Amino acid sequence: MSVVTVQLGQCGNQVGRELFDVMCSDAQDAGRKTHSTAGWERFFRQTTQGDLEARAVLIDMEPKVINHSMSRAAKSGRWRYGETSHFSQKQGSGNNWANGYCVHGPGHRDAVEELVRREVEHCDMLAGFIPMMSVAGGTGSGVGTFVTQCLRDIYPSAFVLNHLTWPYGTGEVIVQNYNSVLTLAHLYQLSDAILVHENDIVHRICSQLLKIKQISFSDINRVIAHQLGGVLQPALTPDSCGAYSRNPLGELVGALACHPEYKLLSVSTIPQMASSSIAFSTFSWPALLKHLRQMLISNTKMEEGIDWQVRPPPASAGRTKTLTAGSFNTSLANLLILRGKDVYSAETGGFGDSAIYTSWLPPDEAFSLWKSPVPFNKYEKSATLVSNSQALLRPLDDMVRKAWNMFASRAYIHQYVKFGISEEDFLDSFTSLEQVISSYTQLPC
Amino acid sequence: MTQSVVVQVGQCGNQVGCRFWDLALREHAHVNKRGLYDEALSSFFRNVDSRKSSSGACCVGGRIQRLKARAVLIDMEEGVVNGILQGPLREVFDSTQLLTDVSGSGNNWAVGHLTYGSAYRESIVNTLRKTAEHCDCLQCFFLIHSMGGGTGSGLGTRVLSLLEEEFSDVCRIVTTMYPSAEDDVITSPYNSVLAMRELTEHADCVLPVENQSLVDIVNKISLMSHGAKPGCVLKKDCTVTSGHGSLSPTEKPFDAMNNIVANLLLNITSSARFEGSLNMDLNEIAMNLVPFPRLHYLVPSLTPLYTLADVNIPTRRLDQMFSDAFSKDHQLIRADPKHSLYLACALMVRGNVQVSDLRRNIERLRPSLPFVSWNQEGWKTGLCSVPPVGHSHSLLALANNTCVKPTFMELRERFTKLYRKKAHLHHYLHVDGMEQSIFSEALSSLDALIDEYHQLDATKARITPDAPRLSIAR
Repeated sequence: MSVVTVQLGQCGNQVGRELFDVMCSDAQDAGRKTHSTAGWERFFRQTTQGDLEARAVLIDMEPKVINHSMSRAAKSGRWRYGETSHFSQKQGSGNNWANGYCVHGPGHRDAVEELVRREVEHCDMLAGFIPMMSVAGGTGSGVGTFVTQCLRDIYPSAFVLNHLTWPYGTGEVIVQNYNSVLTLAHLYQLSDAILVHENDIVHRICSQLLKIKQISFSDINRVIAHQLGGVLQPALTPDSCGAYSRNPLGELVGALACHPEYKLLSVSTIPQMASSSIAFSTFSWPALLKHLRQMLISNTKMEEGIDWQVRPPPASAGRTKTLTAGSFNTSLANLLILRGKDVYSAETGGFGDSAIYTSWLPPDEAFSLWKSPVPFNKYEKSATLVSNSQALLRPLDDMVRKAWNMFASRAYIHQYVKFGISEEDFLDSFTSLEQVISSYTQLPC
Repeated sequence: MTQSVVVQVGQCGNQVGCRFWDLALREHAHVNKRGLYDEALSSFFRNVDSRKSSSGACCVGGRIQRLKARAVLIDMEEGVVNGILQGPLREVFDSTQLLTDVSGSGNNWAVGHLTYGSAYRESIVNTLRKTAEHCDCLQCFFLIHSMGGGTGSGLGTRVLSLLEEEFSDVCRIVTTMYPSAEDDVITSPYNSVLAMRELTEHADCVLPVENQSLVDIVNKISLMSHGAKPGCVLKKDCTVTSGHGSLSPTEKPFDAMNNIVANLLLNITSSARFEGSLNMDLNEIAMNLVPFPRLHYLVPSLTPLYTLADVNIPTRRLDQMFSDAFSKDHQLIRADPKHSLYLACALMVRGNVQVSDLRRNIERLRPSLPFVSWNQEGWKTGLCSVPPVGHSHSLLALANNTCVKPTFMELRERFTKLYRKKAHLHHYLHVDGMEQSIFSEALSSLDALIDEYHQLDATKARITPDAPRLSIAR
């Protein structure tokens, strides 16, 4: 089954290219025929000349980034984007969500839908869509939300997994909190699940784990691509009966997004280290899984600086937990994906412990395990954890708090009203997100 | 890719504009090695092949034939524009882009705005329309003029309101030269305040520049090049310092100062023209830096102004560039942002600078900069990979800061000193269409603006608690 990726805006197009790069090389380097075929089939298609073309639609309101991504892909020699799979305009959305959602989106609806339809027609079976975008700018966030809505309308039975990049807390775009609030509130109604990467966290991974001195956006995008690749590359799932899963998005959503109020997913990967160090390191599943479990419950995204003091609360503790009390991260559901050597001997009991989950689901429903014997992206053993937990609660709350403070003074609102968004729309979005925050905060443990 | 049109009005506007075109050509020549007319060039230049039968316009991708600037030059006396047409830039301008008259505006805003404004309205609109038609996707008008004179100030602001009427969805960024207190034009306070009202109401963004600051910067540069420490070699090639290596062999008196303003324009548009890892388009500037419609005065500061001949600039120098951008020496108006309140700040970086350098410096500088309570992390950042000529990296900071309030208050002082005595008022009131009410309205507009800044300043000392959040019923 094939996945169609829709890359939106500068971030979406830059991260998307890195992702396809990782997936193509993983499939090639693995040297295992079934794995490669499954991987290629999922994200690429073969042209009559035998070249690999990504199953992707590239959308941006200005042409520079798309041109850059397409030429970089072609230069790799191993894969490229379809010649006509892109849509761009001359002038960007000006970091204005309203401009993206109300003007550019509807204005170019037909062209974009046509591109998506053509890509979908190339698929034997459509597994679903992955729109990739940032929430800080104007095109990714505004046009991205509009396009997600169109996908929902036209393909009601396809899965839609949105990948979002959240900006640095200290600011890349001044109105980023407004754009983020508007995007998240809308996507919550449209998306099956929302997979989030935060620039701050990935930046720290680059500096502390990968030891990169001068971190560029390419470095950041490569880490994101590595983590996403770990999730999306073929794996054997409980439902797939000994073959690579044919319904990756469906199974992911089914495993993790069990309730419409809870759709925010975060990703952690272990190990992550400078590529020069990989050859000198040995990995054991018990060590990797122990660290990953502690990363989950103490809400750290890296294997450095883990707080080993954090423990699940005893069963007699209070029924609900507030945002500030304690630092234990309660999960609703977890999906653990193991790739590499000796994967069948890995002991994952720690992740099935009912103490780390909320009381609604029995642990064997809350925890899912996928495996693949094929090593991923140069790591002999690697584990990826996709988690529906309180991990994103604090960053989400910060984002809403800052946006609300700015809204209280009505700063910049005239820029949005100019394009068709009213104060009412803002209030609706704030209300939706406060609801989400409240739901995650009040998770009974 | 979008195009921008530069409209230069008056003596000062045309002189600065002239330096801008010179530097723009040099910058593109430096980057564009293959002589192809690319998207970056097309943002400011048309490519015209005079042999073709139609208007001769060539599209992107072909060889460069003859570059014509996307500009409109307006002046009510002929001296400056004729100088340009006889100088080395004559090929770049077409006679259809010029609008001149002979007698000048006599340093009288009313003559520029009302007399010439009405007389030339048709031709101005036609010229603008034609220039706009040559653009595939027009994003921005850059208006350059001074505030103290008659043509730049009066006719320039008339052009601004025409731009708003005729091209309402195209961004208008105005670069204006504010007179210093020692300005030799006695009526410059009148002209400036009358123009200010137009700018407050019709411009999207204003970049105020003060002559005195430019003089200080130029002096600083010549101190570096003459009294330099051993081991410091001023690169002769760099765009900021000069005319050397550019088209004009003899430097005119204001050239160095105008160079700096021209660099400001080049840097603002760099991310829209060249690629980078975090693009910043022109419409994003207004979006991010203008929280309330009238508060659109942005303090520009440029670094570095000179480079030393070191080849491998270690990180300490790079960080120095960020610190300099927030020092008073590098600002283009005399103001003290660090002791006023920042409403928003944009950093446009060019060259080999990565996101980690940017984050490190923002984190380092942030504690010493007072930001308004609802915009504590109010940074807009852009990274463009192409550095300016002669530098390995550069930084342009645009700050929306209440420090412009003292500048406006001083202007108001100088205005009222004259207005109280009704000095020179009759020159203005004699002009057809000019009334005393225009003066009082301009004054109250300025007062209201100063008051808005004042309100925001008052919040500086207060600790504003977070606004109470919406509570969800369970």
